[in-house]
Amino acid sequence: MRIESAFHPHLPDGRSATSLRKLASLLPDITACTVIDVYCVDDRIQPDRIIDLVCDPVAQAGYIGRAARDTVLPEWTHVVEVAPRPGVTDPVARTLESALRRVGSNPLPDNPVPCRTALQYVIEAPTASLTTISACSKALYNPLIQICEIRERSDRTPLPDMYPHVEHMTIPDVQTVPLDGLTVEELSRLSTERLLALEGTEMQAIQAYFAREDVRTDRQSHGLAAATDVEIEMLAQTWSEHCKHKIFAAEVRYGDRTIDGLFRTYIAALTRELIEHRRDTVSVFDDNSGVVEFDEDTLVCFKAETHNSPSALDPYGGAITGIVGVNRDILGTGRGARPIFNTNVLCFGDPETPADDVPGMLLHPRRVLDGVHHGIVDGGNQSGIPVVAGAVLFDESYMGKPLVFCGTGGVMPRLTAGEPAWEKAARPGDCAVMVGGRIGKDGIHGATFSSLALDETSPTSAVQIGDPITQKKMIEFLLEARDAGYLSSLTDNGAGGLSSSLGEMARESGGIRVNLDLCPLKYPGLAAWEIWVSESQERMSAAVPPEHLDAFLALAERHDVEATSIGEFTDSGYIELEHQKQKVCRLSMEFIHHGLPRMKLTASWIPPGERGPWRLGETVARRGPAAAAETNSAAGTNSAAGTDNAAGADNAAGADHAAGADHAAETYDTAAAPSAPRDDHGATLLQMLSDSAIGSREYLVRQYDHEVQARTVGKPFAGVEADGPSDGGVVLPRHGSKRGLTVTHGVCPRYGDWDGYHMGAAAVDEAMRAHVALGGDPAQAWALDNFCWPDPVQSERTPDGEYKLAQLVRTCEGMADACRAYSAPLISGKDSMKNDARADGKVISIRPTLLMSLMGIMPDVSKRLDPAFRAPGDCVYLLGATRGELGGTTWDRLYGPVWEPSPRPVLDETAELYARFFAAAQQGLMQSAHDLSDGGLGVALAESAIAGRLGVHVDLSGIVEKPLVQEPIPASGSPAGEPQVSQSAVVHPSSTDRLLWSESCGRFLVTVAPSDAAAFEQVLQDVAWARIGNVSAEPQIRVDEGGRTLFDVALEACVHAWHRFDRFLAGKEKRS
Amino acid sequence: MSSTVCLLTGFGINADAELALAFENAGATVSPTHVSALQKHADLLHSYGILAVPGGFSFGDHLGSGMVLASLFRSELATSIRQFVVDGGLVIGICNGFQILVKAGLLPDVHETGEPSASLVWNDSGHFVDRWVGVRIERPETSPWLSGMSETYEMPIRHGEGRFLFRDDDARQRVLDRGLATLYYAGANPNGSQDAIAGITDSSGRIIGMMPHPEAYLYPELHPVRTPQGSSVAGEPPILQLFRNGVAAALR
Repeated sequence: MRIESAFHPHLPDGRSATSLRKLASLLPDITACTVIDVYCVDDRIQPDRIIDLVCDPVAQAGYIGRAARDTVLPEWTHVVEVAPRPGVTDPVARTLESALRRVGSNPLPDNPVPCRTALQYVIEAPTASLTTISACSKALYNPLIQICEIRERSDRTPLPDMYPHVEHMTIPDVQTVPLDGLTVEELSRLSTERLLALEGTEMQAIQAYFAREDVRTDRQSHGLAAATDVEIEMLAQTWSEHCKHKIFAAEVRYGDRTIDGLFRTYIAALTRELIEHRRDTVSVFDDNSGVVEFDEDTLVCFKAETHNSPSALDPYGGAITGIVGVNRDILGTGRGARPIFNTNVLCFGDPETPADDVPGMLLHPRRVLDGVHHGIVDGGNQSGIPVVAGAVLFDESYMGKPLVFCGTGGVMPRLTAGEPAWEKAARPGDCAVMVGGRIGKDGIHGATFSSLALDETSPTSAVQIGDPITQKKMIEFLLEARDAGYLSSLTDNGAGGLSSSLGEMARESGGIRVNLDLCPLKYPGLAAWEIWVSESQERMSAAVPPEHLDAFLALAERHDVEATSIGEFTDSGYIELEHQKQKVCRLSMEFIHHGLPRMKLTASWIPPGERGPWRLGETVARRGPAAAAETNSAAGTNSAAGTDNAAGADNAAGADHAAGADHAAETYDTAAAPSAPRDDHGATLLQMLSDSAIGSREYLVRQYDHEVQARTVGKPFAGVEADGPSDGGVVLPRHGSKRGLTVTHGVCPRYGDWDGYHMGAAAVDEAMRAHVALGGDPAQAWALDNFCWPDPVQSERTPDGEYKLAQLVRTCEGMADACRAYSAPLISGKDSMKNDARADGKVISIRPTLLMSLMGIMPDVSKRLDPAFRAPGDCVYLLGATRGELGGTTWDRLYGPVWEPSPRPVLDETAELYARFFAAAQQGLMQSAHDLSDGGLGVALAESAIAGRLGVHVDLSGIVEKPLVQEPIPASGSPAGEPQVSQSAVVHPSSTDRLLWSESCGRFLVTVAPSDAAAFEQVLQDVAWARIGNVSAEPQIRVDEGGRTLFDVALEACVHAWHRFDRFLAGKEKRS
Repeated sequence: MSSTVCLLTGFGINADAELALAFENAGATVSPTHVSALQKHADLLHSYGILAVPGGFSFGDHLGSGMVLASLFRSELATSIRQFVVDGGLVIGICNGFQILVKAGLLPDVHETGEPSASLVWNDSGHFVDRWVGVRIERPETSPWLSGMSETYEMPIRHGEGRFLFRDDDARQRVLDRGLATLYYAGANPNGSQDAIAGITDSSGRIIGMMPHPEAYLYPELHPVRTPQGSSVAGEPPILQLFRNGVAAALR
């Protein structure tokens, strides 16, 4: 039976208007579009019951057995109907079915009730052909997860009464996978065919395990011979790059050094060193998120993940699944934490890219942005978790794969049911309980898929759609179960599904036995291995002592949550699985968790002096001796000198290169750079404010609920019109206390073009700087690292893998040095190492990207600061030293290439400044504070003026421009080296350019009431600062240099420019 | 009556914890109650003074905002709730809770057809918005919830479907004539609501519903414009009077 529900035609309907706007750009002659909801349900259900649930009696009408479109859009010409593919989560149908069960007295016929939904777009486009409509419909659906029916008016073929759902299938038998005698090539082929994403050597390790005499004997005694598909799939999941972080664990040869694992060397060792002095850090690395002390009774935890590959295929589903997934990491920390805030940092291609410039199979960046944004809106808002901080970055390199960083913070009591809430341990004899959604074929091979490059063969079953409502119910249930003391252990089901969650928990007890027949399935017919590795969403795994099982299951029932005991934790040392009364898996825990051979990789650094600016799709290679040379003397005046003290073959940069200026000029075609109106700094300011990289994100962020739970003291917007930027979020983890938690980010991928070290150190600094700017205590902060890299393993497909790995090494070094300088432990992190796409025969690799997320303590939120200028006459200060570091900055992108060092914090200076800043903040000496980041001082002045709707008048001549730091980067690689670029090929910024637009780290723009100026300056002794002017009542942004006016721009013009990107996104302004 | 609040939870309601705090700070005892518990025992209601339906996304708003719980209210709870109000109980619905009460026909009333006389539909922007607004209260004397509240109050709206809409002109006239439209957006209309209506009461004044979130302004520091450094921190958010009024009326 088919029921349609439509809004009355006289009612303006935002959803239809949005669809019309989307189609109008592709279909100029479209005159109207109306969206209609379609429900296909089992015939045995009374239609009135459906109408009662889905039709608002005031605003909508229901149509049973006839088409709504003839009534609501009588002149329609075409209809496009989009429905989820069979097996793809249909949350609306799920809700309808659940509502039919819960409301009204008539029981439903059987379980489950066939129930499908669709969206119908009714189009009036009199001159459009079916072919045109068919092409345009691609803007309305995603063929990976949806099916589409198109009719023109003359076509009388009825639309379906019921969309296909997954048919009942017979259960496939467990298969054996004989490995004996296979060559390494054959093993590799097997890995590729089964989408295992394992290397030949890894397959050999598996082969060797099953060939071991003791293993054979043991298996025989349990009726098992060759490896089963369940076992092979489990090993592939557990050993995937996604789960095992093989690259971060690898032994890396770097110059003359051997690094004993990047994680071990730069992250674990650093954090262990720091937490010697940081007793407030409770649990790191062992759990789903890092746990720290918030106050005596309260702990907070924080975790960020990426969901890049799924978001590339299905932006909406990828993003929503990313959010609800990281929420589960928090829920699964200790014996359960409550999610209290979300963050998201999104990296896309430029949404204003002309459609023709987007390669083959890739989705247009605007489409990706819209889909990801919609997923975040639904995922966060429906879960009741506020988005409190984040960023949106645009860069051509993210056209290949968008980066979708989802973070969540949570809170838990220190003690629950008398035990530390953060500790957990499944004990032998505990029941293994699966909680939440059922298992289907969705999300099979997610972990292995994300460990591969995106290409035409990427599996669509890896795409899932999260359902925040099912999960919300589960969260409330599990936190109640935690407080009742029913849980020994708890973890989430993410990548790898049960194989990963139960596999990990089994380490706590020493083994597990599971009967796969007990697992609740969405539909029968799943193979044993599919049940074990499926990543179907909204599931947690719990260890429940048998004496609490009945109470636990009863509580689940009360919360409308499904929970099923599917096995038992043991101390056998084995993962044992049974399916259809057969043993299908018996793997030694020791082998699963420690049998993976360690990778050995080589990293080769090429100093900037021996390569040129980064270019999309190009392999980074050392330029021949002919290329470099004479340019040694032609370098820009402000370049880093670098001392050639480090060893290694990488270190060839230097003086003895032959001439090659022409070559250099060829490589960097300056004709392509925009002709810089560089002397008109006022025009530059307006251009920067209207640039998609800097402009307001209000259109996007207002659609996130950023204050549900009534904790968000520092919101994403600041100022009198609440449209200025804020430097980060501030939340109250504990109601009734004024103690706050800041949440900030640092991410500056373009700084890595020069040297990963700069990007690493600057990202930490940016996050710390924002925390300090909000008024946070620099001595009480914790950081998360999320690395997204292009494949850094040298191969035929990745000829510059060794260079990319060296960038990773140097980024780790920069990050670790900065964290050490700020005493900020790294409490959790994640990496995603295969962010390459192959389209139209080209490889599009992302710019290597490090996201630092930071949370820190603000002792009293009533001392919070924000960027908004407050009162005319307040003194304006620039704190921190400005250096000639325009490399990788916004100015470089718009007016370069400058090819000079990118910003890098001088850590002893910045650490000292941050301590002073905090002291001044605690004394309440500042009226406003804004960190300087993209666009430097110029943009910061405008942003603070916009936020406060006040003018400002400053003079740059008081600013001391400090020279670049000359000491080498304290890494064992090579120094930065001289830029080896022809004079004629690069832009040479003036001193004024540097003062206004340099993005040197560790700087703030603050205002101080004149009466507090003396006290403020007293606090700032020994750190770099300059008093540069005053806030003014006159709504102008005026910047002088030595008395000469550089520019005098109306505040109103800045506000208009600032919101240009919002207008573009809202469809109110075409691309600039 | 009692100052105990029956606060509905479950199925995607998500602004329950802060609403509980707002009532507790106003002196009430709050009893979080899962919708299915009330569904099983609607008579439970009589031991409470206030029924509070918080905001959130009940059933994901997948079938339209508040639709499933409105249907449940209509078919299984409306009679009990009406009796509860006749017996002196008070009811408040915020955001999703307001949508539920309106679509269930409890606010502002039921049309001659037996159907609700108003609804809340998609914002004219077509999307969700989180923004602080001013809310002007008119004719506070019509509802015990609004006693002595005659100013403009600041608080956020956080909704996608908050556009208030009357069934027809008759319904509109009846509501305006009886003074049931008591809360209006001050300044720009954020969602295209008819007559800029932000909230209404029933004819007894004991049932109130609104799209904006008074419980979101729980502390002075939650206001989006930072209080100046050095000045004394602003006092209690004025809108919290609403909860004190409710608790006081429930005790009477």
